[in-house]
Amino acid sequence: MSWITLTRARPARSLWPVVRRSVLGLALPALLLVVWQGICVARLLPLYILPSPVAVIARFATELSGGQFGTDVLASLARVLKGFFLGSAAGLSFGVLLGLSRWAERLLAPLFLAYRQIALFAWVPLLSMWFGGGETGKIAFVTLSAFAPVVVNTWRAIRAIPDSLNELGAVLTFDRLDQISLIALPGALPGIVTGVRSALIYAWLATVGAELFLDIAPGMGGRLNEGRDKFEIDLMLVALFVLTGLGLVFSQTAALIERRLVTWRLG
Amino acid sequence: MSGSRSAVWDRASASWPGRAVIGLIVPALLGVVWLITAQKGWLPDQLLPSPVAVWQALVDTATSGDLWTNSLISVTRVGEGFAIGAALGLILGTVLGLSRRARELVDPLFLLLAQVPPLGLIPLAILALGIDEAMKVAVIAWASFIPVVLNVKQGVGDVPQSLQELAEVLTFGPWYALTRVVLPAAVPPIFTGLREGLANAWQTMVAAELFASTEGLGYMLALGRQLFQFDMVLAVVLVLGVVGLAVNGTLALVERRLLRWQGQAA
Repeated sequence: MSWITLTRARPARSLWPVVRRSVLGLALPALLLVVWQGICVARLLPLYILPSPVAVIARFATELSGGQFGTDVLASLARVLKGFFLGSAAGLSFGVLLGLSRWAERLLAPLFLAYRQIALFAWVPLLSMWFGGGETGKIAFVTLSAFAPVVVNTWRAIRAIPDSLNELGAVLTFDRLDQISLIALPGALPGIVTGVRSALIYAWLATVGAELFLDIAPGMGGRLNEGRDKFEIDLMLVALFVLTGLGLVFSQTAALIERRLVTWRLG
Repeated sequence: MSGSRSAVWDRASASWPGRAVIGLIVPALLGVVWLITAQKGWLPDQLLPSPVAVWQALVDTATSGDLWTNSLISVTRVGEGFAIGAALGLILGTVLGLSRRARELVDPLFLLLAQVPPLGLIPLAILALGIDEAMKVAVIAWASFIPVVLNVKQGVGDVPQSLQELAEVLTFGPWYALTRVVLPAAVPPIFTGLREGLANAWQTMVAAELFASTEGLGYMLALGRQLFQFDMVLAVVLVLGVVGLAVNGTLALVERRLLRWQGQAA
């Protein structure tokens, strides 16, 4: 999608469209900030209900210099990455199995499809009883969230590989490992990458959920809860901004990797 | 998923009823293992209650009426939140898809807001709106709003120029062109957005009810967890799965109906 816009934009070679776009794009957020600050200066709402943007930025600075934020961010990142890797690795294996073996598909797909109907957060009470509310329970939940999207996309993508390629493998007397590494995985790469990308987004969502629902521990979701318990809205807003920022980094990175990998494959 | 493509590793062939039976083998096997595990007491009830206990919890909550009232409350919340979020999302998505100016103005802010985790909004929404219906409906609406806007914007923006020119040639008014040409042409992505929106609404409902609620299926989950009534938790998980399946199935049916004319054209 976006390389189209890139190639279109390139011949212009003028800074003006970029400037124009950023000015227009910043207009609305700037307006909102001004209105927000105005409400606070005019005391239309009590400051403990709506702290001013300046106060929120100040809180952000204190948290940053206080040093605790670093620990929280790192704790959240560690959770999301552990769960994401475990979940995608398991999802990839299961997806390959479903994609390559019709017997596995017939035996296991109905169960998997039934499992997918259950809302993700319904697993929170179950997992917390099985694994406890601590780190294991949290990572188990994140792992679970990353599993399904990778399975679905891998499975579908392997199924969509043209028969001719598979027959080529048969003619070349590939064994099962070759079949996976030389045909199935490269052939299904765009689908797999899509799955991994959405797994990363789900994993992040699940991390926030795990930190909100399970035992209190360092992490950005925990800070959000702390803000609610202490009625410190400035802390909640800072935590929410940081969560949003990290989410943005994740989705942008995933999109970048997807583009890289898929271009590599096409090129 | 059911493809004409043959699987690589084996070429099992079975007719449809045979296939349905094969699909039931593993669940039935798991059920038997579960039953035996419970009977022999290999695992404590707090870790895995017997299937009989889960069934009993299902029957108990169904006969006492708790199950129905709470399901109805949850489904109503999802319905209200989704209706609000999808309606607003359709409007904003259409505007953004049609107007480049609107995109330039709103897109950066919207794409940033789209990254705000709906779950993270729950604690904030509780402080702003209380823990009652308004909070839950608002968070659910927000969660369904985002994917609807993203997909409708994309879909409407991708409607071929030629179709829009056709509408101009035929001197359609803007409203007529929108409702008869642009939106019908964008039905598939719009439906993708609605489906994602509904899925998000459903997920967020469970999360919001789990977090702060006194009624609803999510509340039953939270209660079961607190009281260590694992049988009730599993029963509610089953109900959530069945209702989710019914909702998805209905939406898929509506989508196929709406897309019938396109299939014929292609």
